[in-house]
Amino acid sequence: MLRYSDLLAMGALRSLGLTALTAILGLAIGTGCALVLLYGSRRARPFVTGYVEFFRNTPFLVQLFFIFFGLASVGFRMSAWTAAIFALSINFGAYTTEVMRAGIAAIPRGQLESAASLGLGRWHTFTDVIAFQAVRNVYPAISSYIILLFLGTSVVSQISAQDLFYVASFIESRTFRNFETYAFVSLIYLVIVVLFRIASALVWTFVFARRG
Amino acid sequence: MRALNAGDFVYLLQGLLWTIALSFSALAAGGLLAAGIVALRLLRSRAIDVAIAAYVGLFQGTPLLGQLLFFYFGLSIMGLDIAAFSAAVLTLSLYSAAFLSEIWRGAIAAIPRQQWEAGESLGLGRLQTLTSIILPQALRAAIPPTVGFLVILIKDSSLVSVLGFVELTRAAQIINNSTFHSFTIFGTVALLYFALCFPISRLSRRLEARFHQ
Repeated sequence: MLRYSDLLAMGALRSLGLTALTAILGLAIGTGCALVLLYGSRRARPFVTGYVEFFRNTPFLVQLFFIFFGLASVGFRMSAWTAAIFALSINFGAYTTEVMRAGIAAIPRGQLESAASLGLGRWHTFTDVIAFQAVRNVYPAISSYIILLFLGTSVVSQISAQDLFYVASFIESRTFRNFETYAFVSLIYLVIVVLFRIASALVWTFVFARRG
Repeated sequence: MRALNAGDFVYLLQGLLWTIALSFSALAAGGLLAAGIVALRLLRSRAIDVAIAAYVGLFQGTPLLGQLLFFYFGLSIMGLDIAAFSAAVLTLSLYSAAFLSEIWRGAIAAIPRQQWEAGESLGLGRLQTLTSIILPQALRAAIPPTVGFLVILIKDSSLVSVLGFVELTRAAQIINNSTFHSFTIFGTVALLYFALCFPISRLSRRLEARFHQ
């Protein structure tokens, strides 16, 4: 297994990079959709709800196959990585929409009114009053969703995007040590998840828990 | 490359039935295991709690794909010539138990401490307080998220396709390999999953809303 440490490290970095990129893209989609649900036009809302429900009620693997194989069969070809990024971001966006909506909605209305009475415009109300509280509200849920996202990125190996899990199947095909390989690679995921949990708890203690 | 026909659709429906069988078996077995875990946690033994936390952490901190392949190959190395279906049910049950035991433990922990004290002041033992005061309330709180977890399980069961077991997603891959009508096939399969999961999600939300009334 150690002979493959370079490959494993590369795979881990790719999986982490994929998680970071799609978490950012997905959060942007989720926040946009949440704002539409809260403040958007009545006509746009059913589309957002439809998107969220559809992606939350179908397996990610099928979404990935549809985007990679299905779209290619009607002329939209893309590389495995593009399909992976696309599918993960859209999927994550659907999961974070509800979290973001609830996080923003949980801020008492009175605060908006006091901001208005202080003469703050919409933008400053958002950046100075809403943003920090909204981030604090959604932080715990979003960090656990990011862990699920990271574990879920392993599925992109099924369209041969060369992430950490793909490295596992490569090593398995070379060494025929299937059982040990999957155990070892699963442990790499576990270590990363545990480190992320610790980091996220520290951020919570030092950034969010202290400020009332 | 051939055209899609009615036989393909029947094949997908068969796959759908296997997906349902797989998910419900895992829910049942995982539920039993989770009930055992929750009972062990109520014993408040430090050693047991640490062991359970390790179990839950292991299943919640590793990819399900890795767990499936680990058990599939692991059991065959141990000399158990195990069918893909059994390996899948085993893995999904262990996986479900990790999540369900956390959900249920949370439901019990959410019951105010005073209720335990009230039971005690009525002269009830711990077990009796648990069964006649705590559990009836905790059960009501636990049902909506448990139903919601079933949706997660159905979706996650699609990963069993990597073991070659022909549930809905694997059925789609097989038809796709001979017809290449990928758009129609995976689109249909997505809709089938949606038709199965969406009503359960709605039920979960309705139960949740009723619980909070």
